[in-house]
Formats: sequence, structure tokens, C-alpha cells
Amino acid sequence: MRRTIFYLLIILLALYCAGPLLWQFITSLKLDTELTKLPPILPKAPTMDNYIAIFKENPFLRIILNSAIVAASTTTLSLILGSLCAFGLAKLRIGYKGLILGFILSVSMFPPIATVSPLYLIIRALGLRDTLFALIITYTTFSLPLAIWVLTNFFREIPDEIYLAARVDGCTPLQVFYKIMLPLAAPGIFATAILVFIFSWNEFLFALTFTSTVASRTIPVGIALFPGLHEVPWGDIAAASVVVTIPLIILIFVFQKRIIEGLTAGSIRG
Amino acid sequence: MRDGERGRWFVMPSLILLSIVTIYPLIYVLYLSLQRRLLIFDVSRFIGIDNYLFLFRDDRFLNAFKNTLYFTVLSVTLELLLGLSIAILLNRSFRMKGLMRAIVLIPWAIPTVVSAKMWEWIYNTDFGILNYLLGVKINWLGSPFWAINAAVFMDVWKTTPFVVILLTAGLQVIPKDLYQAARVDGAGRWDIFTRIVLPLLKPVILVVLIFRTLDAFRVFDAIYVLTGGGPANTTETLSIYAYKVLFQTLQFGYGSTLAVVVFLCTGGISIFYIRLLSKGVRL
Repeated sequence: MRRTIFYLLIILLALYCAGPLLWQFITSLKLDTELTKLPPILPKAPTMDNYIAIFKENPFLRIILNSAIVAASTTTLSLILGSLCAFGLAKLRIGYKGLILGFILSVSMFPPIATVSPLYLIIRALGLRDTLFALIITYTTFSLPLAIWVLTNFFREIPDEIYLAARVDGCTPLQVFYKIMLPLAAPGIFATAILVFIFSWNEFLFALTFTSTVASRTIPVGIALFPGLHEVPWGDIAAASVVVTIPLIILIFVFQKRIIEGLTAGSIRG
Repeated sequence: MRDGERGRWFVMPSLILLSIVTIYPLIYVLYLSLQRRLLIFDVSRFIGIDNYLFLFRDDRFLNAFKNTLYFTVLSVTLELLLGLSIAILLNRSFRMKGLMRAIVLIPWAIPTVVSAKMWEWIYNTDFGILNYLLGVKINWLGSPFWAINAAVFMDVWKTTPFVVILLTAGLQVIPKDLYQAARVDGAGRWDIFTRIVLPLLKPVILVVLIFRTLDAFRVFDAIYVLTGGGPANTTETLSIYAYKVLFQTLQFGYGSTLAVVVFLCTGGISIFYIRLLSKGVRL
């Protein structure tokens, strides 16, 4: 009896979490005429029309490509800068370490809306409006605190003796960093990479403000401003939502352990 | 060269980038907030604290402030309660636990904008699945009462996974023999929960509260895409109001003032929680 109730609750929970996405998937398979009829819940004749439409009539592919470039560059850049900084904080003697960590933590609490107006003016003045570069630099900065925080915790778990032994053997700190520390902290780097990638794939406020054409439009802005001639094209939006969510769903199903590790290292141990 | 000197070169690039992209704009936004600046007319004039004084006469600001508070308090409370229940439910071994954890992560991973569009369709008055399942015909996003609560409900769905993950990590740290010892001493389930689990979970709960309160207070994309702040500004939060003043009416002075208010509030919230957290650790 107890077991039955437990599994019932588990099924309910699974439905609650996955249900809305499932409904979006079902919607994406319906023709426009079927969308305005309920019941039936399932489409009589599932169709791929919506999927074909978003790639044919919209610059959707370009938007996905933009997002991929921005997310990949942001991830690479913040991993390089973040791991260097985290290694320094975890293993080297640096003055004002507490102050630096406090500064980094307080930056992570900045509300994006507080910096969006000056950043917009700066980017406009530099002629960087509507470029992917503007987004990459902004995202890298805003994901740095998370990257540094998570990675510092991972580097701290590597014993100091390993660092000292390598130094005695004649490695420079930089050599210790990339020859020994980076491979040892690989799980942490990987966890950080996933978190930063998801953050930059999903960010909306800066993307909405800094971009004006499809040249640099990213997925969230593309979906929010989905073009509709007369009414909201729910079928197309559903198809687009499913397409851009699939990479993330694959990520969480394959790497859920790493993601959970990263999230908890980023907040609890800190 | 001593290691300490070399250490600087490792942290410098990050610190420089952080300063250029966050500290400099922060100073800039404070400066903007003291100006009357209209982007379309190229007007730019120093007016001191007039913008800040205007806040008190601006009913729309007070309304946005009230909405933000309502949204923050209600959604964070619900997320914590629901997250705690789910974390406790999942904190035992059962088949397919890994799969279940991945499923719980789904709402967290979905882009906020996608989730807002998804829920807008679910809330649809005529063809939405919610009205169909409940057998009612409520205009969720069109009625002032339901709209803000619909936004809260969506946010709870989206962010509870994060709460679950952190609380699960916190639960796993509690030694199993503590439960057994309590049971041997004749403690009931409720006693174990209130006297052992909750006190030991307190630091983690505080961390969850910091992250969630800050995120909820600066909420923008979820509600902006779901309702645009409507109907009749009943779901307009501070960030949305600031954004509209900045980029729809192009008043960069007053808009920056509103942005500074959001910044000061989140700063206050962080300081409050960090005080609480450092006190708790000492006890």
C-alpha cells in the first residue's frame, strides 16, 4: 500500500515536470485546424508541417546558429578565464583573497537590469550593436562568477601536495596549471561548461536589448518575437520550442550527475 | 619571482573583465540616474536627485514594487515548500531514481522564454489544456486577479527543480544513523523532521532562499514574455517597468533610476541573508 502511494506520487511528479513540454510536443504535431479543437488531445493525423514551416519561412536556422556560436564562445572564454582565476585563488598565495572572492560573489548578485542601460550606450558608442561579439563579452562576464566559484571549489579538493611536488620538480605555476591541475579538475570543468552553456543558450534580456536584426538574434529573442501575420502561430511556436529544447533535454539526461554536482558545488560548498 | 606575484597574473584577466563590464556600468548607471536623458531628442541634463524624488509620486512605480514583492514572497514560499516535499520524496532508493532526477531537471533546463510561451498556450482561454482539464473557462492571463498568480505558478514550476537539487544535496549530508538513533529513542516521523532534518538543513535552506529571492525579485523574461506586464499593469514588475521606461519610451535617466532601485533592493536582500547565514553558522 505504502509502495503504491509512493509510486503514484512519483508518476504524478514526472507528469508535473514533463507534462507541459509533452503538451508542447503534441501541439507541434497538430495542423492549425486541429489546434482550435479540444478534445481530442492527440492529433488525428500527426504532421511535420510546423517543423517544415519554421525552417522554410523563417530565418530560424540562422537564429539557431547564432545561439550556438554565442553559447560555444561564451563557454570557451569563461572556462579559460575562470579556470585561471580559480586556480590562482585555490592554490596560489594572493593578497586580498577574501576581498576578491567577495567581489566576485557580489557581482553574481547584480541584477542584469541594473547594467543594461549603460551597457547598451557603451555598445552603441563602440558600434557593436547587433553583433554576436557584444553578447559573447557580456555573457562571459556574467557567467564568470559562477565559473570561478564552482572551479575554485573543485581545485581546492586537489591536495596542495600535488601542486608543491610539481613545483619542486621544476614546473612553473602555469605548467602545473595546464599539465596537472586541469586534467585533475576535468569533472569540475565539464560541469561548469554545461552550466555556462545552458545560461548563454537561454539568456533573454541582453539579447533582446543588444540585437535588432536576425544577424545576431538568438533563440530566446527569436521565439519571443515569433512573427505571426494575423494570429499567434501556436503550432510553429510549439515546433520551434521543441527544436531548441531538445539539445538541453539530451544534456540533462546524459549529464544529470555532472549538472547536479556543478549546481551544488556552485552554491552549497561555497 | 615569488608565487604570490605570479598569482596575480592568474586572477587579473577575470577581474579586469568583471570591472569593465559590471563595475564601470554600475557607476555609469548611477550617473545616468541623476540625469534627465531622452535618447530620441538628444536631451541630456543633470537634475540631481529629482528622479529619485519622482519615485514617490509615481503610482506605476509603487504598483510595480507591490507586484514584485507579491511575486517574490509567494513564489519563493511555494518553491521552498514544494521543493522540500519533492526532495524528501526522492531521498530514498528506488528503481529508476536516475531517470526521475533527470525528469525533475526538465523545467530547470528549458529556456525561460520557451517556458513562458508554453504556459501562455496552456493558459489559453479557448484552446488551453488547463481549462479543458479543469472543465472551466477562465481567462487566466486576461484577468487582473489570475494573471499574477498564473505567473507565480509558472515560476514555481520552472524553478522548483533548482530547490530540489540543493535540498537533496543537503539531505544526503545528514548521517543515516541519526535517523536510526532518533527512531530507537521513540521519535515519530514528524519529530524527526522538525527536530533533526529541519535544523540540519537550515544553512542549505538559507542558501536556497538567497538565490531564489534574488532571482524572483529581478524577474524579467518569464513575465515579460507571458503577459508583457498586463493586464492593466497588474503583472508589471520593477524590472519590466524599468525595461519599458528605458527601451520603449527611451527615458534613460528615469529608467536608470528604476534600475538602481532594483540594484539597491537586491543588495539589501543579499546583506540581510548573508547576515542570517553567518549568524547561523556560529550557533
